[in-house]
Amino acid sequence: MAGSPAGQEIERLIQLLSKLPGLGPRSARRAALALLKKRETLLEPLADAMAKAAAALRTCSECGNLDTTDPCALCRDPVRETGVICVVEDVADLWALERASVFRGKYHVLGGALSALDGITPERLNMPRLLQRVKAGGATEIILAMNATVEGQTTAHYLLDALETFGVKITRLAHGVPVGGELDYLDEGTLSAAFKARRVF
Amino acid sequence: MEWSDDAIVLSLRTHGETSGILEALTRAHGRHLGMVRGGSTSKGRAVLQPGNRITLTWRARLPDHLGNFTVELAKSRASDFFEERASLAGLNALAAIAGAVLPEREPHEAAFEGADALLEMIAAHGFADWGPLFVHWEIGLLNELGFGLDLARCAATGTPDDLIYVSPRTGRAVSRDAGAPYRGRLLSLPAFLLGRQAGEANADDLLAGLQLTAHFLEQWVLTPHNRAIPEARIRLTDLAARGMRESD
Repeated sequence: MAGSPAGQEIERLIQLLSKLPGLGPRSARRAALALLKKRETLLEPLADAMAKAAAALRTCSECGNLDTTDPCALCRDPVRETGVICVVEDVADLWALERASVFRGKYHVLGGALSALDGITPERLNMPRLLQRVKAGGATEIILAMNATVEGQTTAHYLLDALETFGVKITRLAHGVPVGGELDYLDEGTLSAAFKARRVF
Repeated sequence: MEWSDDAIVLSLRTHGETSGILEALTRAHGRHLGMVRGGSTSKGRAVLQPGNRITLTWRARLPDHLGNFTVELAKSRASDFFEERASLAGLNALAAIAGAVLPEREPHEAAFEGADALLEMIAAHGFADWGPLFVHWEIGLLNELGFGLDLARCAATGTPDDLIYVSPRTGRAVSRDAGAPYRGRLLSLPAFLLGRQAGEANADDLLAGLQLTAHFLEQWVLTPHNRAIPEARIRLTDLAARGMRESD
């Protein structure tokens, strides 16, 4: 078998790049080569940015968001409505809601959804902190923005059980026809959910 | 090797970036696992939600291989369980129990047919309606696995009347009089399990039925393999217990 044409350090770089989403061993090799060719304009600034991000990275002790400060920028924002808390499964969901600019309240990131298969129990999720936040008072509405999957909805119902004793209004996102969606192409499950959630026009 | 079959999705485990290992309960091939390419993408996950009815084609070079599934959605019903916590708990319990107790690649057509009918009931009716069916389905599973309960006659006297207990050791019914000295150690036998004596199931009966089947599934099927009752099944019993407290 032919040996590696690159040194140990470069092989290590390729190996780590191949673990990123969307990259396999071949595309990681191409990405590494692009970085090596642009050492001053890409490789060194990227290494520097990654080192700084790694050093500054914090998990917000209030909501579980990832940021470089604790509490995170969203929790410190004085303009945001403090009474409404939107509970999401993951930081990616929080970013998606922020991109859409549809919500101006506070967030709470659980860090996943309940899954017996993957061994994710309530203790492994950021649930106790949510209960503390609600117990501390000031919350008027909790929005359960979980994914429309069996795991996501199981988590939502579990939270509903835990939160309903606090007497706070609990809502969840609607399920149904997506914007730009044609009925002809929708699966029966989405159509069924849309029919159940129909409202007066 | 290749076959096609009807199936119910039990679970999906992510494999790599976009693929998934699907666990499905098939009509003629039992509980079967296989890899689905693209199964963990957003499009794939929408199809492979637990409870959905699918048509599978399995391909592998040798019968012992894990093999690859190609999947076509036959009936999307996962969203029908989202509204009610009991429905969701029923779906999760059914998928967890089928996954835990049924041996892999051993055909159990009755288990498939029962699960399919039960899922239809869970999706459309309340816990009080489908709860007794869930207990019947689990008794059917015990029968399929060779651990049938004998609820027709009293184990001590042979009488078919006034059966209100089940022996936790033998799985045989016990009458009121014969069981009186041991009542603290016997399991309750709900009336809806008594065939011709069947009555309407109240919250108390439902809880007794779920505790009865959980006991024998654990004792006879799971414990010998060093396994415990799945968490999702415990949650269903808890929900029935809560329903009983609320109805008091």
